[in-house]
Amino acid sequence: MDTSADYLKKSSTAKMGNRPIVASLRHVKKSFGAMEVLRDISLDLHQNENLVILGRSGTGKSVLIKCMVGLIRADTGEINVLGCDVRSLTPDQLDELRLQIGFSFQGSALYDSMTVRQNLEFPLKRNKAIFKKKELEDLVINALKDVGLENTSDKMPSELSGGMKKRIGIARTLILKPKIMLYDEPTAGLDPITATEINELILSVREKYNTSSIIITHDISCARQTSDRIIALVNGLNKEESTFDELKQTKDPDLAPFFSY
Amino acid sequence: MKFKPLLLRSADIYQFFQRIFKQAFHAPSEWREVLKQCFAVGNRSFFLVTFTAFLAGVVFTRQSRPSLSSFGAESWLPSLVSQAVIRSLGPLITGLICAGKLGSNIGAELASMKVTEQIDAMEVSGSRPFSFLVVSRVTATTLMLPLLVVYADCVALLGSFITVNFINNTGFKLYFNTVASHITYLDIFSSLIKATFFGFAIGFISSYAGYNSDNGTTGVGKAANTAVVISMLFIFIIDLVMLQFINLFR
Ligand SMILES: Nc1ncnc2c1ncn2[C@@H]1O[C@H](COP(=O)(O)OP(=O)(O)OP(=O)(O)O)[C@@H](O)[C@H]1O
Ligand SMILES: [Mg+2]
Repeated sequence: MDTSADYLKKSSTAKMGNRPIVASLRHVKKSFGAMEVLRDISLDLHQNENLVILGRSGTGKSVLIKCMVGLIRADTGEINVLGCDVRSLTPDQLDELRLQIGFSFQGSALYDSMTVRQNLEFPLKRNKAIFKKKELEDLVINALKDVGLENTSDKMPSELSGGMKKRIGIARTLILKPKIMLYDEPTAGLDPITATEINELILSVREKYNTSSIIITHDISCARQTSDRIIALVNGLNKEESTFDELKQTKDPDLAPFFSY
Repeated sequence: MKFKPLLLRSADIYQFFQRIFKQAFHAPSEWREVLKQCFAVGNRSFFLVTFTAFLAGVVFTRQSRPSLSSFGAESWLPSLVSQAVIRSLGPLITGLICAGKLGSNIGAELASMKVTEQIDAMEVSGSRPFSFLVVSRVTATTLMLPLLVVYADCVALLGSFITVNFINNTGFKLYFNTVASHITYLDIFSSLIKATFFGFAIGFISSYAGYNSDNGTTGVGKAANTAVVISMLFIFIIDLVMLQFINLFR
């Protein structure tokens, strides 16, 4: 089996032209006790690129992006995001960096004791010290418009459907105008039509906010619709790296089942 | 529990403790949330404290009266009741009620936020969840418990007065004059200090249990349970330690 270092050499970086790299991981490892989750991960994320990370449940996809924002400490390896070495930042510097990264959680993670409006206002009040009613209102309405849910602002999260929660979660990160978006399974548990709407949202967010994104998924149609490039994660290694159409032809026994739907 | 996990846990608890103190003085900007939490603390425990303190006043008076009158010392009743209530009964009842009510509330609230990744979401948006969630709650319980104890003392004494008044028509003024003349500043001061410790213990223990709960829904129940049980245990421990300490000054 090739190691990820070998894959980097023949990585499809060329396809991305000479776009600058906004985030890069080198030989990242992470174990929980005796269980090795990430064994050796290396990848690059380019400016304005939609990078899909494809992998089965439990392969450590969520752990990977949590390492990128410092929610989980990687054991070894280099993690560089927007020019910062994530593993050596002080808590204050880390907070600074995190403001430029949007993280959409697998379970949406809306603050369930607050209304949608308060959910969106929260990061503004806490980080930007914006307290003026008018200013908050404008920002909130704009972010809600971007995800197509203008008239939910007074609802509680428990009154929303799964797809709406995902959108509100995305709106809550967009409100800070991130440079990088990390989507953890944006379409998991949604019907195909709603999933397609979310995929379109991901594409329109890139248009409007000029973000670079990592999209984690095991949903092959999400990968098809959103990806510029796909990295397949198998057994804690990045196994294959190519575009959707190339990957579709794969004979690899670990990956082929994804496409035989 | 093995020795090493125990050691690690102690280090972890100490770190949590340090973090609270560091941030409590660094971030007075949390006052909005502290105020909100203070209100929540009062709101959650007000009814229960009123009810139990009143009953405790009534029951204690009714039970002490026969034995006092068998010595012909019935007139000592107000002084006995006042000392019992202020030195011990009021703080203890308030402490236990709050440990149950606030402990389970804070423990479950923080644990479910943890399980549903809400705390992580605050963390990755740079919103400093520790000072928002933990420091504000610990500050609120620490500030509110003394207030609640004073209130509980008053209610218990009122319960006692009503009982006495019902039996032999003692006047309000006479009763409370006797009460006041037997309470020292040391009694009041030490009971307030004790209440402050109770409040800190409840806030600290419950927040720690919730904020560090295991993932999964069972973690929420476990955190609430730990919060209540350990808080109650510490109410008694603090009570005992303070009693020894205050006796040095008597
Ligand atoms: N905090 C943690 N402590 C211990 N083990 C963990 C922790 N977080 C994740 N794991 C383990 O790491 C492995 C990978 O988890 P992860 O959540 O990254 O999977 P995933 O690829 O995102 O799967 P899914 O598609 O189901 O979300 C799992 O086996 C999980 O048990
Ligand atoms: Mg996951």
